[in-house]
Amino acid sequence: MERDDIIEYSLDAVYSEDHGRVVRKKIFLVAAVLTVITLAEVFLGIFWRSWMPNDWHWVKWVFIMLTLVKASYIVMTFMHLGDERRNFRSMILIPYSLFLMYLVFIIIWESTYLHQVLKIFL
Amino acid sequence: MSGEASKTISNATLWGGGRSPLSVSYGKIMIWFFLVSDALTFTGLLSAYGYARHSLDPGMTWPIGEYVFSTFPGLSGDHPLMYVALMTFILIMSSVTMVLAVEAGHRLDKKNVVKWMFLTVVGGLFFLGSQAFEWAHFIHGSHARVTLADGRIAYLEENPHHGEAIDPATFAMTIGSPRSSEVVKGDEAYKLYQGAVSVVSGANMTENEYGPPSYANFFFFITGFHGFHVFSGVVINLVVLIMAIKGVFHRRGHYEMVEKAGLYWHFVDLVWVFVFTFFYLV
Repeated sequence: MERDDIIEYSLDAVYSEDHGRVVRKKIFLVAAVLTVITLAEVFLGIFWRSWMPNDWHWVKWVFIMLTLVKASYIVMTFMHLGDERRNFRSMILIPYSLFLMYLVFIIIWESTYLHQVLKIFL
Repeated sequence: MSGEASKTISNATLWGGGRSPLSVSYGKIMIWFFLVSDALTFTGLLSAYGYARHSLDPGMTWPIGEYVFSTFPGLSGDHPLMYVALMTFILIMSSVTMVLAVEAGHRLDKKNVVKWMFLTVVGGLFFLGSQAFEWAHFIHGSHARVTLADGRIAYLEENPHHGEAIDPATFAMTIGSPRSSEVVKGDEAYKLYQGAVSVVSGANMTENEYGPPSYANFFFFITGFHGFHVFSGVVINLVVLIMAIKGVFHRRGHYEMVEKAGLYWHFVDLVWVFVFTFFYLV
């Protein structure tokens, strides 16, 4: 049966050669950024001990921040979420982020507590 | 990038019914919902890992990534994190070739879609092979943990390869940690080794030479679950590649299927970025 209530959005996604060149430029730029961040992480991972032996706490948060930067580049550019309508973007990101924040909070809170309790038996 | 989304449509038209206020096709919405649920699964797994690590029994120490993963196939000696960095690079590159395939699809450029999809599949297979090596090495181990009769912990300088007997003349152990400077060599070391209470070599589900048993369990489960995602991603990409070669999408007038397979593939890359950070770096 032919349906007339479905709009074919996919056909609109076709674009010209000129626009493609712009898009490709952005892709290569993001690829370079991701590679540089990964290399920076690896070098920091290998050498931080000889550069700043007592700063593990600080190094750890640098790793986590760099990872989040990489993740947002992948999601926003490679997965094109940044080019979707804002309604859609919010629908994907907000529920997930809320859940994530609660989960991270509760595991840090509870595991810190458990660690303290286990120290008593040491 | 998806043409529709960049078009300005008045809110009255969008929310008045008749068309999706999200301006995204059904298939793409569904793959995004799937990815959110899959992301929650991985969030749960990595949180459980973080919980186990952060609440660790203060009498134990959690293994350090650079020490556990320090070999490179074909090279001897220590190359901390080099191999896993190469794996990460391969996966990021296959993500780039995937996004280039999607881009070519938007221009209905069949030749380039096929080319980039093929390279994506090759990158995925390389990653899977690297992970197989990583697992094999992790299971075999490099410095077996020996509990000596007097309660001290010693580590072998090098695990014997499969089927090889230990030669007392070249045998050596380090006391305390695999990198300690306190070394016992030759017959003296061999005698201590023979009187040992227990020897843990490599890793399995109940014990491992690196640290607490949960370390290896989490490693196997999380990298294994991710590897399974990579495997299914390669299969999906292969199917899409064959369909592209046959011209199915060209007849359809759009390459949205490449885009949807691409979303899944990028997600697999995304998960690896986090696994890389929490297992190897932090």
